[in-house]
Amino acid sequence: MKKTLFILSLLATLFCVGSAVRAADAPAPERTVQERLEDLEAYVNNGARNASTNAPTKIAGAGPGHNAWQMASAALVLFMTLPGLALFYGGLVRRKNVLSVLAQCLGIAGLVTILWWLCGYSLAFHNGGKFFGSLDWMFLRGVDSTPNTDYGAWVSHNVFSMYQLMFAIITPALIIGAIAERMKYSAVLLFIAGWMFVVYFPLAHMVWGVDGFMNGVWNKDAGIKAIDFAGGTVVHMSSGWSALILCLILGKRVGYGKEPMPPHNMVLCMVGTGMLWVGWYGFNAGSAVAADGVAANAFMTTTLATAVASFVWPMAEWVVRGKPSILGFCSGAVAGLVVITPACGFVNTNGAIIIGIAAGLIPWFACYKIKSWFGYDDALDTWGVHAVGGTLGAFLTGVLATPTVNANLDLNLKGVVGSSLWIEQIKAIGITLTLAVVGTAIVAYVVKAIIGLRVEEEVEVGGLDLSEHGEEGYHGA
Amino acid sequence: MKKVEAIIKPFKLEEVKDALGDIGIEGMTVSEVKGFGRQKGHTEIYRGSEYTVDFLPKIKIELVLPDSQVEAAVAAIIKTAKTGKIGDGKVFVSSVEEAIRIRTEEKGEAAV
Repeated sequence: MKKTLFILSLLATLFCVGSAVRAADAPAPERTVQERLEDLEAYVNNGARNASTNAPTKIAGAGPGHNAWQMASAALVLFMTLPGLALFYGGLVRRKNVLSVLAQCLGIAGLVTILWWLCGYSLAFHNGGKFFGSLDWMFLRGVDSTPNTDYGAWVSHNVFSMYQLMFAIITPALIIGAIAERMKYSAVLLFIAGWMFVVYFPLAHMVWGVDGFMNGVWNKDAGIKAIDFAGGTVVHMSSGWSALILCLILGKRVGYGKEPMPPHNMVLCMVGTGMLWVGWYGFNAGSAVAADGVAANAFMTTTLATAVASFVWPMAEWVVRGKPSILGFCSGAVAGLVVITPACGFVNTNGAIIIGIAAGLIPWFACYKIKSWFGYDDALDTWGVHAVGGTLGAFLTGVLATPTVNANLDLNLKGVVGSSLWIEQIKAIGITLTLAVVGTAIVAYVVKAIIGLRVEEEVEVGGLDLSEHGEEGYHGA
Repeated sequence: MKKVEAIIKPFKLEEVKDALGDIGIEGMTVSEVKGFGRQKGHTEIYRGSEYTVDFLPKIKIELVLPDSQVEAAVAAIIKTAKTGKIGDGKVFVSSVEEAIRIRTEEKGEAAV
């Protein structure tokens, strides 16, 4: 009996202790005031939330300041295409083709957004491999307002996705500068759809995907330890080199080199340039994915490099040809923006000034001399500005990057930055160039075989606006 | 009746118009025209591309006058439109057979 009682009391004790343990488990663990303060500090400093406790954070959602800047930046980058780039390019073509350029920009915006929703974002940004993401975010499934901490601790995942979409829109839109005034509208759309899968999505994943092959800043296992802050390789090199290949496959405009093809409206061109410059703050400073000190530095370097390049290009014209032109100011500004793009979050003010001077001279020389030596018809100089500028920027970033303006360079690149980084950049340049050239050639020949690339000569001479879109840009005089 | 046609440099239009007004000429027709003579055109450069523009903008003034006013009008045009540099333009004088004022149906010198 005694024994039975003892066992019963033991069981009772165990039960009590057990329920006491369960009782301690029952209310959710709370973060201490200290830990909650640390979360707030993390928000202010754009750091990661305290992960050393099991208690859930009380600010699991986006941080309002960072999110606000990211949404504004996304809108600014869209503004670069619609209407910035559309007007910049639209002003440079002849009046009979102005609407065709606007239609190409608008069509690309819609088409790329559909591809992005379908699986483009997932292929570019989901983890999965060195060269491609995966299909887990197809139809933007699960891409909601909670931050994806792989890309931004305090920015909503859906905002990040839409921000990156705007880059995916402007990149193919840059290509149309080279092929303006002669490519069939259906061929433009089909080419771009193919090009996004063959060139853009894999390249964006390699450079910016969290496990990407060339993401030197964030991926400690990156095969090539290159850096690209806002898209020197992904956006400008890819579009610029693809533009050159596509315009070579497409051929020259009817009458190129024989009849004059001056811009029909330099005022629109200048208006578009101003919008590109303003919008580019979203592109460059927004690429910090936070309203933090890195973004602030990118804002300043973008301003310095662009202003310097927009001044140097026309001054070079003045010296060589006797007059500074409006197109020179505009081209210099865009070249400055292009070249500072990969560098803006990694270089200091001196670096920005050096980049500005180089951007004013080297792309200028490419447009002014190299183009006429080779005689290809890159109608609006996408190669001269974006391919040459993007390549120059990717290289100079490797030379001028410094961890003093961006501590993230110390995460996985200690010992690389300031020594062998420029070699890594050259490797990244080589891969980007090869992918753009080979990918564009494949897609272009496939489109040519299926539907053909060019409009009929009669349509080209009459202008694309009336034949392809049934509208005219200007009525009356 | 004579018709006086003058092709002049655009920036001289106001001066010529005032000079013609001063000698009592009450009407004229003006058009913006393009053309070239010995002055030839100019070149425009857009990045690497250079284009020669053959036709330069000019102003054409047309006057139909009674014979008595023609000499003074031509003198006034030449005096005010002249810069002495190539491209100042030309004056043509030709005979006019008939003129009719549409409102009143007056004919001849009364109509001009």
